[in-house]
Amino acid sequence: MTSIGTGYDLDNSVFSPDGRNFQVEYAVKAVENGGTSIGIRCKDGVVLATEKLVTSKLMKAGANKRIATVDRNIGMVSAGLLPDGRYLVSRARQETASWRQIYKSPMPVASLAGRLGSFVQMFTMNGGLRPFGITAIVGGWDSEGDMAVDGQVGAGPSVGAGGKASGKKYGGPFLYMIEPSGLYWGYYGAATGKGRQAAKSELEKLDLSAGALSLEQGVKEAARIIYVAHEDSKDKEFELEMTWVSGLSGPTKGQHQEVPKELREEAERLAKKALEGDDEMEE
Amino acid sequence: MNHLPQAWGRPRDDVYGAYDASHFQMSGPTQHSSRPIVTGTSVVAVKFKDGVVIAADNLASYGSLARFTDVKRLRTFNSKSVLGFGGDVSDMQYLDRLLNSLSVRENYSTSIDDSGKSDLDAHNLHRYLSKVMYKRRSDFNPLWNHILVAGLGEKDAPFLASVDLLGTTFSSPTLATGFGAHLAQPILRRQVPDEAASKELSQEKAVELIRECMKVLFYRDARSMDKYSIAVISKSGVDLKEDEKLENQSWAFAEGIRGYGTQVN
Repeated sequence: MTSIGTGYDLDNSVFSPDGRNFQVEYAVKAVENGGTSIGIRCKDGVVLATEKLVTSKLMKAGANKRIATVDRNIGMVSAGLLPDGRYLVSRARQETASWRQIYKSPMPVASLAGRLGSFVQMFTMNGGLRPFGITAIVGGWDSEGDMAVDGQVGAGPSVGAGGKASGKKYGGPFLYMIEPSGLYWGYYGAATGKGRQAAKSELEKLDLSAGALSLEQGVKEAARIIYVAHEDSKDKEFELEMTWVSGLSGPTKGQHQEVPKELREEAERLAKKALEGDDEMEE
Repeated sequence: MNHLPQAWGRPRDDVYGAYDASHFQMSGPTQHSSRPIVTGTSVVAVKFKDGVVIAADNLASYGSLARFTDVKRLRTFNSKSVLGFGGDVSDMQYLDRLLNSLSVRENYSTSIDDSGKSDLDAHNLHRYLSKVMYKRRSDFNPLWNHILVAGLGEKDAPFLASVDLLGTTFSSPTLATGFGAHLAQPILRRQVPDEAASKELSQEKAVELIRECMKVLFYRDARSMDKYSIAVISKSGVDLKEDEKLENQSWAFAEGIRGYGTQVN
């Protein structure tokens, strides 16, 4: 960082004379050191993937998952300080549970992103608090089916008022990224952590806004991008962790789940092959 | 001087008349539900060699009025268990939401690598429900239900048990709640007298037996209906049908019943 805080970095609630909040900028630094995490919004679902750096050989392979499930249909992954990530996940779970208490139905992903954005932002304004040292990626599927109210026992009247406007589309895949400042946007493809630059340029090549990429292709691309992003820190070992969520007609039936082992291994094999191909071309 | 301490220091009743304490109680004592309002009737279930069959009709009565005719009283919890609710429908809805939030929380820690091994099984679910019901009755605020838990328990063995509004639990190869306990249970026991007999029973026979019981219940229970739900829980998962109709009814027997129809005596 070019300028040292010169006293304006000791508290959140203080601006520097040129209008910066140094604490937030330092939090971004914490994120930039974390393992790469990405999210891809495909036409029929969302994939989340993370490069889980193996910090010790004494930890069980495949244990200590980094991608968390919120409610049933939403996944969350973050880069930066791990405990901060866990805290935000527990907050997200509280939010979705209280949403169900009030509205008797699952929380839309957009509403969750909004609540989390406000929550993270609060930590940038108050004295005595430290901003979150994470950037979180939130991906999920809002049900496209007729959504029953929780605890509903009947179908309601078969004639008369009630029901939906015809021809209107509901639900679908959603992806949001929340930064330490509390800033959040919806994305087609999101990347954060150490390898985010490489990952972002790979994501841009996919032309996600066209909405042509299928979920299974998305899984393979996600694996490849994590491997590409890992190139710069090749000396460190890592595990690829991937989850996905599809619509009711898709493979996960609207639930956020781990990508099945066979598919993940296939994606990893292809990713390694693609990387070797690149190396050969360079030579 | 009165010998009762609560009267000491107060105006004497024999001089001023009895103290009017009515303003102390603006409202009555705390009251909880003392009876169910909208109710579902019997649930019947039987264990067979690979799983459990459970059924309940789709009626919710408001007293003697057949108020709601598409009420789903069989609730799937996960791929291993189904609950059948008799009694108050709003309490059933509360329990349904409670269990929904439980299942959301269970789902957080479940990874598909262990393919549902860490899922709550029917036995765990029954234990949990019995604690909830007993807590509520001990608070003098019972959930007015009689619940059958049907599914797979430890080592995927068929599991069937009941819990009622007092938190009383028991288990048997055949179970029925409400009127079913009087009308269907004898029929079930004739076919499946003990655990050994349920291990011999095939799925087809079990389903047939339960359908027969639903028919008898419709004949004789005035708070029942001819539309019902039936679920089969086995290792292949839960097969729930929610829109079944009673078939091959015969009301010939009714002629012989005293007091039926226009016959008075």
